[in-house]
Amino acid sequence: MSVMRTFSAQSVEPQEPGQAGPGPSCRPDVLRAWQALADVADPEIPVLSVLEMGMIADVAMDGPCVVVRMTPTFAGCPALDVIREDIARVVRLAGFDEVRVDVVFDPPWTSDRITQEGRRKLKEFGLAPPAPGCGGGAVTETILRRVACPYCDSADTTLESLFGPTLCRAIHYCNACRQSFEQFKPV
Amino acid sequence: MTSTATSEAMSTATKAAVIDLLYRLADDSLIIGHRNSEWTGLGPILEEDIAFSSMAQDKMGHALALYGLLHQLGEEPPDRLAFARGPRDYRCCDLVAMEFLSGAATDGPLCNNPVRDELVSRGDWAGSLVRQFLFSEADAVRMAALETSAYEPMAQLARKLRGELKYHTLHGRLLIERLGKATEDSRSRLNGVIERVWPQALGMFEPTKHGQTLASAGICPTEEALCDRWLGEVEPIIERSGLSRPKHAKPAYGGRAGNHPPELALLLDDMQRVYRLDPTAQW
Repeated sequence: MSVMRTFSAQSVEPQEPGQAGPGPSCRPDVLRAWQALADVADPEIPVLSVLEMGMIADVAMDGPCVVVRMTPTFAGCPALDVIREDIARVVRLAGFDEVRVDVVFDPPWTSDRITQEGRRKLKEFGLAPPAPGCGGGAVTETILRRVACPYCDSADTTLESLFGPTLCRAIHYCNACRQSFEQFKPV
Repeated sequence: MTSTATSEAMSTATKAAVIDLLYRLADDSLIIGHRNSEWTGLGPILEEDIAFSSMAQDKMGHALALYGLLHQLGEEPPDRLAFARGPRDYRCCDLVAMEFLSGAATDGPLCNNPVRDELVSRGDWAGSLVRQFLFSEADAVRMAALETSAYEPMAQLARKLRGELKYHTLHGRLLIERLGKATEDSRSRLNGVIERVWPQALGMFEPTKHGQTLASAGICPTEEALCDRWLGEVEPIIERSGLSRPKHAKPAYGGRAGNHPPELALLLDDMQRVYRLDPTAQW
């Protein structure tokens, strides 16, 4: 499975309420389901887990069934079904017999949900991370033009195209290292 | 405002009105998505080829989500709604079905067409750009209003789509202003299209018999109110781009009641062809 990655160094610790992740009073079995999700990636951004992407709204038990609420990045994301199947598979592998993956629009996914670690990995992958606080339509043309090159960190860059090879990417050019680069768009 | 979260909580009249609203939104999304996808591989420059293809993919996604809401209200599954209905069943406005890339209407589909290059050269990308600009501004106005809809599933979806639609309006505004101020040729092409499509653009806000029900239930403002807000957005952009719009155009109505110009039937014939070969096929 090309989209399955083992993020061995990644641990899933209980987090403060409001952040993507298990709450501080998370039951041990639910925590195990959360941890399993660290092995699922968006096939278009294979270096980030769905947790780092902020795509998991909630994990809870409904009787014996694990219910994962997933908030999709783009409504038209073609990888949605693949990610859904992968989530169900890894949760089953973690020892649960019944899994349900609900696709929800509330909370709406925005690029602000991407974790700090996720942003670091995006840059390492060669994708300029989205400016923070610009999700949910708050982005402006000015913000889009102000993107640092992920290779040389220069701010001397030009916006080439609002749209790129996948729905989540824009195309820029770095005038300093003379290299085209892509940005994960603030959405 | 009380929120109408489930179909059980709605009266029959309200439910019928919500279903009508969802069909209008979904059909607009699907048809403009299909029209914009026709430029894939044929766009005048690579960036615009990618832009129209990406916006097409977004709108297909929005159509899928909206057909999903309809399915939750007891309508058929999304694939059947998209591919098994005839033109009379569609509730899209005329603007989205207009054809700017010659082919399907008069000379058969572009694919494997021996005079394909000739047909493509007759295509009018300016038409598609102006349509996309006018439509995405209306889409954004409508979705912004729906973010506080009393029909909670629609409100959630509207809030979700806000970030995506921002790129559609940014794209339209950038291109309209840049080309409006570029050359005499680009300006006159844009003005010509604005003049030609303005009746259909006003037709996006065709009143329906459900409008009052939707407005008084707090589900969606009236089409008249939405049209005013849309004009408030597009007029300053048209003006500062050095362009003009007709002042006394008569709106082209009919689409919201299922009365479409023949180009929709031709579009559906093309779009639904593969599905109709075997509607039970598993993909």
